[in-house]
Amino acid sequence: MGYKTVIGLEIHAELSTETKMFCSCTNAFGGEANTHCCPVCMGLPGALPVLNKKAVEYAIKAGIAFNTKINTKTRMDRKNYFYADLVKGYQISQDTIPLCGEGYTEIEIEEGTKRVNLQRIHIEEDTGKLTHTMDGDTLIDYNRAGVPLIEIVTKPDMNTPEEARLFLEKLRATLKYIEVSDVKMEEGSLRCDVNINVVDTETGLKTNITEIKNLNSFRGAVKAMEYEEKRHIDTLKQGQNTLKETRRWDEVKGETISMREKGDTADYRFAADGDLAAIEIPEEWVNEIRNSMPELPHHKKERFVKEYALSEYDAGVLTASKALAMFFEDTVKLLDDPKLVSNWVMGDVLRRLKDDDVEIEDTKLSPKDLSQLIALVKSEKINNNTGKKVLKEIFDTGKDPETIVKEKGLIQISDESQVREIVEKVLEDNKQSIEDYKSGKDRALGFLVGQVMKISRGKANPQLANKMILDIIKEKY
Amino acid sequence: MDITKLTAIETKEIIKKRELSVKELIGSYLDKIDSVDKEINAFITLNREEALKNAEKLDKKIKNGQSLGALGGLPIGIKDNIVTKDLKTTCGSKMLENFIPPYDGKVVEKIKKEDGIILGKLNLDEFAMGSSTETSYFGETKNPINMEMVPGGSSGGSAAAVKAGEVLLSLGTDTGGSTRQPAAFCDVVGIKPSYGLVSRYGIVSLANTLDTVGVLGKDVEDAAFFLSTLTGFDPLDSTSSESAKGETIRESIVNKNDINTIKGMKVGLPKEFFQTEIDKGISREVNKAIKILESLGAEIEEISMPYLEYSLAVYHVIVAAEISSNLARFDGIRYGHRSEDYNTLDELYINSRTEALGEEVKRRIMFGTYYLSKSNANSHYERALKIRRLIKEDFDRAFGKYDILLSPTSPILPFKFGEKMTNPLSMYKADLFTVPVNLGGLCAMSIPCGYENGLPVGLQIIGDRFKEANIIKAGLALEGGLKNGI
Ligand SMILES: [Zn+2]
Repeated sequence: MGYKTVIGLEIHAELSTETKMFCSCTNAFGGEANTHCCPVCMGLPGALPVLNKKAVEYAIKAGIAFNTKINTKTRMDRKNYFYADLVKGYQISQDTIPLCGEGYTEIEIEEGTKRVNLQRIHIEEDTGKLTHTMDGDTLIDYNRAGVPLIEIVTKPDMNTPEEARLFLEKLRATLKYIEVSDVKMEEGSLRCDVNINVVDTETGLKTNITEIKNLNSFRGAVKAMEYEEKRHIDTLKQGQNTLKETRRWDEVKGETISMREKGDTADYRFAADGDLAAIEIPEEWVNEIRNSMPELPHHKKERFVKEYALSEYDAGVLTASKALAMFFEDTVKLLDDPKLVSNWVMGDVLRRLKDDDVEIEDTKLSPKDLSQLIALVKSEKINNNTGKKVLKEIFDTGKDPETIVKEKGLIQISDESQVREIVEKVLEDNKQSIEDYKSGKDRALGFLVGQVMKISRGKANPQLANKMILDIIKEKY
Repeated sequence: MDITKLTAIETKEIIKKRELSVKELIGSYLDKIDSVDKEINAFITLNREEALKNAEKLDKKIKNGQSLGALGGLPIGIKDNIVTKDLKTTCGSKMLENFIPPYDGKVVEKIKKEDGIILGKLNLDEFAMGSSTETSYFGETKNPINMEMVPGGSSGGSAAAVKAGEVLLSLGTDTGGSTRQPAAFCDVVGIKPSYGLVSRYGIVSLANTLDTVGVLGKDVEDAAFFLSTLTGFDPLDSTSSESAKGETIRESIVNKNDINTIKGMKVGLPKEFFQTEIDKGISREVNKAIKILESLGAEIEEISMPYLEYSLAVYHVIVAAEISSNLARFDGIRYGHRSEDYNTLDELYINSRTEALGEEVKRRIMFGTYYLSKSNANSHYERALKIRRLIKEDFDRAFGKYDILLSPTSPILPFKFGEKMTNPLSMYKADLFTVPVNLGGLCAMSIPCGYENGLPVGLQIIGDRFKEANIIKAGLALEGGLKNGI
């Protein structure tokens, strides 16, 4: 016996246009309450909306990235309902003809590549923001009212919370890549609702779909889905069914809590918005947008494998963020050794980024710095370990590697007579180790090299020291 | 001489010749308002101080040798559902009794830019819903022709104020006849321009796909000239037309004394209009007017437009549907009336709207909500949109053959206060001939053409979309013909 989990997602992403969807107010996050407002986004009597072409363009970009059909004849509709964060008593959204129709994207799961199908992507305006105070008052900030959104609706194609997470990661990376959204869940520019239920694969019995709202992080979303998955299975095991309801995730309690039971779905009395003319999207415009699209992550990955002879894995890591991929390519342009550059980026650079929890573009390291640094190591002017130290120094101070090496006197000693002098002294002082080595204890050699490096304060060429120790032992001892 | 008897064009000339200062002119009109408006009640808000201040400014301009804008110094009234910056805009409703907009509607901006003087805000049916100006929260407006009669509506204040000489020109709005029908009832000229010719930015929406601004004046020239100052594409109104220009309108006024301009003009008489029940006096006067046009060289023919008979039903559904959505913003949260009696958000909405909206408004909101609801949208709203397209095709066919169409403006004469308030359907019928024009997005004019028992009769001249020049030419010719006793 078994259970199959069925998950569909509805994601709202705020588009990072300069201005709001229907007026010229700024679309900047935050700001003093109710200062990014005008008669239009406040819904004052007589004010009329004018569609922001940029918002349509961004939504089309998202559609292209997710392989959707673009509906060239579409329109804006009114979704009628009352709420305090809604200025006009209706939200301008899209009903029967979304800007982007069906599409798909792919995620990498253990079993291989999996396709997740999209139902639609439509454009709509955001609402204001309510804050409930301790004294029981509700404060309304309309700065967010009229901010352009896309709503992305998937088909119920995900079967584990992990798959949903992978999809969300993919979605976030893609929207960021094509630069249409900031995708910051903590600022609310990416919001996600989950529809989940479970099927008993033997009996075919299904639980009723639960909608989970109020998810403000991917981690929270996964936890909530795991919680619900278990709750649905337990319910089935008890021979019962779940309620068709909306629940919210309580981060503190680590559980979902029922918000409201879903009876008949609400009647929003959708109708075309007569203030906005029908939208016609010229085919040429879509093509123009298509041609101006940045390379998408999976295309970039394929190219990296081919062009730079990198492994699938390495190419995947390097292209996960647009900035990192660009950093890699810029470095390779300056130092034509993709494999070596990849090793450095994948190793010490990424480790540092992770430790500091920053993006590459927020650090003091430039492609020029890294290429110089690698060149210094490659030409044996400094050794590998010194290289790592120099890299740390660049991250900390932003100085270029040559300067750091010069200032700190880190140039590798490759002069044979200089190294020989040190090696001879070390051997003289460590007779026991020589004996150990001769009796087959390889570790002793390492110790001796270490001593040479210590005395040379890390500057001796370790390969040279290694060779010389063996030569002199053979000669003298 | 009573200055308020002059037309706008004549008054402009006097100001230009400096026979009268703008301040004197405005003073005369304010005196007139003071003496007659207590009874007529055309004004909801009087803009006295601001108007006098602006008049002085214009006089200074004249003194400095600067020329004035096209509306230089003319006293103008504005229907109170068009927003005016820092000047109360009530829509004739308790809901907006104290609402002071922070911005000007586009047409208001244009009037100010052309040096028109805004005397105040004019009475209307609440949120422009009605045909008699009886549903206003601020009391009924009387018809200057006969104080026992309604002035028509919803722009009743705008028509009455022009007739009574309280303003020279006025702005109305027209969603289904709200400018033309009161123009007919008050014996003045009213023009409803084509949808898209004049920006709707700042017009409080009744039905977005039908609403237009309307202009009213003493004669065709005044109204047409006023309209020509308001046209043009507005980037803030997505439904305004890029080809909307005022030049053709001004050009059509140039030859106003030449009655030969309509020689050979093709005129259609929709037989479906004339077969309906029309007041006998109205029929008589309208037929006389048609004869005059014919004698001036117009070629008159009867035509059939089979879908016209559905106009009122279609109109009723579309308007109610759009109203139910447009009026949702009046919820007591951000502006407007808020009930003091509430514990929950829903109670705040319900009590604020119950207390501040009138019966007719509530009736239409309920109808509209019903028409748009899931189970009815297809059978009512979507169906109405389909028939609307058929009506439009009827008009397209007609204008393929004719330059203008004629009908009475209203099938009924001005009626007594309260006579139709108890029967909304009989009230809706007053819009029988005007409504199809809005459904087609066309232009039309109501022009006085005679009297029955001392009550005025209006002729409606309908033109194709953006063919205002045709209706103005015909209007000028008829006016000339009537004056010269042809
Ligand atoms: Zn705004």
